[in-house]
Amino acid sequence: MSVHVEARNVTKRFGPTVALNGAGIAIAEGETHALLGRNGAGKSTLVSILTGLQAPDEGEVLFSGEAAPALADRDAWRRRVACVYQKSTIIPTLTVAENLYLNRHQTSGRLIRWGALRRSARELLDRYSVDVDASALAGDLGVEQRQLVEIARALSFGARFIILDEPTAQLDGPAIERLFERMRALREQGVTMMYISHHLDEVYEICQSVTVFRDARHVVTRPVSELPHDELVAAMTGEAATAYQARSRTPGTSVAISATGLSLRDRYQDVALEVRAGELVGLAGSGSSGKVGLAETLVGLRRADTGTIVINGTAVKPGDVPSALGAGLGFVPQDRHHEGFVPLLSIAENATMPIAHKLGRFGTVFPSRRRARAVQMIEDLDIKTEGPDQPVGDLSGGNAQKVVLARALSDSPAALVVINPTAGVDVKAKQSLLGAVEDAVERGAGAVLVSDELDDLRICDRVLVMFHGRVVKDVPRGWSDPELVAVMEGMEE
Amino acid sequence: MSAATPSTTPPTTPAAATSTGRPRTGGGLRLGRFRDLTLVPVIVVLLVVGAFVDPVFLTVGNLTNVLQQQSALALVVLAEAMILIAGKFDLSLESTVGMAPAITVLVIPATTGQGAGSAGLLAIPLCLLIGAAIGAFNGFLILKFQLSAFVVTLAMLIVVHGLHLGLTGGKSLFELPESIIYLGGATWLGVPASIWIAGVLFAAGIVGLGYFKAGRALYAIGGNADAARAAGVRVDRVLWTVFIIGGALAALAGVLETGRLGGISANQGVGWIFMVFAAAVIGGVSMDGGKGTILGALTGVLVIGLVENVLTLKGVPGEWKQLVYGGIILVALMISRIAGGKAQD
Repeated sequence: MSVHVEARNVTKRFGPTVALNGAGIAIAEGETHALLGRNGAGKSTLVSILTGLQAPDEGEVLFSGEAAPALADRDAWRRRVACVYQKSTIIPTLTVAENLYLNRHQTSGRLIRWGALRRSARELLDRYSVDVDASALAGDLGVEQRQLVEIARALSFGARFIILDEPTAQLDGPAIERLFERMRALREQGVTMMYISHHLDEVYEICQSVTVFRDARHVVTRPVSELPHDELVAAMTGEAATAYQARSRTPGTSVAISATGLSLRDRYQDVALEVRAGELVGLAGSGSSGKVGLAETLVGLRRADTGTIVINGTAVKPGDVPSALGAGLGFVPQDRHHEGFVPLLSIAENATMPIAHKLGRFGTVFPSRRRARAVQMIEDLDIKTEGPDQPVGDLSGGNAQKVVLARALSDSPAALVVINPTAGVDVKAKQSLLGAVEDAVERGAGAVLVSDELDDLRICDRVLVMFHGRVVKDVPRGWSDPELVAVMEGMEE
Repeated sequence: MSAATPSTTPPTTPAAATSTGRPRTGGGLRLGRFRDLTLVPVIVVLLVVGAFVDPVFLTVGNLTNVLQQQSALALVVLAEAMILIAGKFDLSLESTVGMAPAITVLVIPATTGQGAGSAGLLAIPLCLLIGAAIGAFNGFLILKFQLSAFVVTLAMLIVVHGLHLGLTGGKSLFELPESIIYLGGATWLGVPASIWIAGVLFAAGIVGLGYFKAGRALYAIGGNADAARAAGVRVDRVLWTVFIIGGALAALAGVLETGRLGGISANQGVGWIFMVFAAAVIGGVSMDGGKGTILGALTGVLVIGLVENVLTLKGVPGEWKQLVYGGIILVALMISRIAGGKAQD
């Protein structure tokens, strides 16, 4: 099999940091090749070098054995490689059609022919069976549709090599399945792909080969079938893998969170749940199951149409976050970038936000006390940072998420609601995040953990499965993946 | 492996075969057009109210007068709308309105007694050049020096106006050369030249931003500059051009205003920028970039002009005008927000 894309001995420095140190990758024609590594291993740098956004300091990039085009020749690059970046490159204020043909509009003379542009946009979407209205505003699309538009646009340049950089990070189960379906179809057409993800099971499902980077270096490349899960994790972390061991515990008797008769139109209906102190309850379900909406109602980010919520014995005001926090609740929101932290503020300020009133009197905050608390949190959660004064925006995904969790835990909450805590974080950060949640539960908090990841839910004492807005089953510990998925997909009553 | 297609033409397969998918067409676009025109009901209401307030209001003479009075402001709105759509800011435009013609007048008579002769023809090009230079300098500070557009142009607002005051000694300039007054006062085919000029430039703006790649690049940059760059748009070059065009338009606005009033006061243009932003934003141009149209901005200008005219005809005392004016802008904002449906940003 011939090599389609190759990077040889690539070194790239940014100031004092070496992002890639003589690393390389060789991707055979027509295969789907996984690139794995922890946050900061150099994956993103390799992507920008392979897509021609940056030139390597040393080393070379080859496409089908030929040297890569000059950096300035964007068109040549786009005919060779297409990329669906982690960050969306769709312009939300323009229509889908215009996004597809951005800066290469159909023109007659110099005038843009909008009719022709819309027509070929529709043809393009049809050709890749993307069911999206070409004249819709791109900003109105969901994450999945937006991604499909990006894939269609990437392919429309005629590239036979696509890089998918964490495409599943924001998709739910069925959407991921549909994406994989599409990737398989592309592979059958002979398209070569490089796939980046933090989800190892996805790699085993969709990829033929895997390359692991660690600390800016190439560690291993092998067919996935010859690299078992433990060895893969070991290659990524540099130490022998220890699978996360869920702990068992006995829940207390007092009730930490209880909800009765909760309904919110188009989200969920008539939900009741009770979480005892020292108990960890999982919430599972597909993207449309209403699990996130329910969790956001519990913390006061949404206001239910009917029903009451009692946290730690206090009936909280519906739709009011301060009231829920006052009753002793801590929470980790779904989207850490939106609701989780203020990127420009330091770790110390972010993490102590809910307890600022305890760090001084009459509205003052003593920096020394805040610092002391933050140092403690950094240690407890093993946050990799220069110190408590570093802005959270500078941290990697996993460490930023730890700060969000630290904030949730800062007031020793009696009740804890955690939504998708491990989205986009690497293997080790995942383990310490889950560990911290379990620690809090052991200290007596009653916790709700919402997650799209079956692995996360394994630490729960029981899992409530939601389907189309209703809790359909209460599954005790010891379930198997197919069993839970069947309930989540509504295949079982 | 060699699926090489020229990138400027539609990709991979020839766009012949299919003519399917037609049923999905239309709706979104028509809605988009409609969104530009959310101010039309407001304009209709103003016309009706105006007609009741004073019978003079709905006469051709009065409406022409409204348009002429607004033509200078309209050009600055046109400039600001383009800059806002590209996701930037320019507050200094209002100072350019006064300073560019003032400097021109100071230079021209010095070389050619009262602007007669061939040098008089250079007056307007010189004025536009001064505006363009200010825009270019703004662009330099913002793009090459990587400073915040808001703060840079705020400082430039003060600097440019300061230059105006310093060079004129704070005095108004009268007895100006004909070459600089002509455009603001002339009548072509029975309609004031300034209305023609504003009309033509707005038409050019509508076509340019709607049907030219460079114009669409403004939307792309304002919507997501990284994505625009990834699509091969020369972001800095486009932005710089927009700042330069914006400065030149503001200078032209200054010429029209100078001609209309027959002199350049030390305060020409001062305070305009609030009206400019109000007109652009009521007209649907987003302060966050990437959204809005030139046609929408034009409806914003018309609303502002009609309100001012109705207030004058009604004889609202000068001291209360500001209050009523501001209040009406707020109401117009609310109406366009409700008609447009979406939260404003």
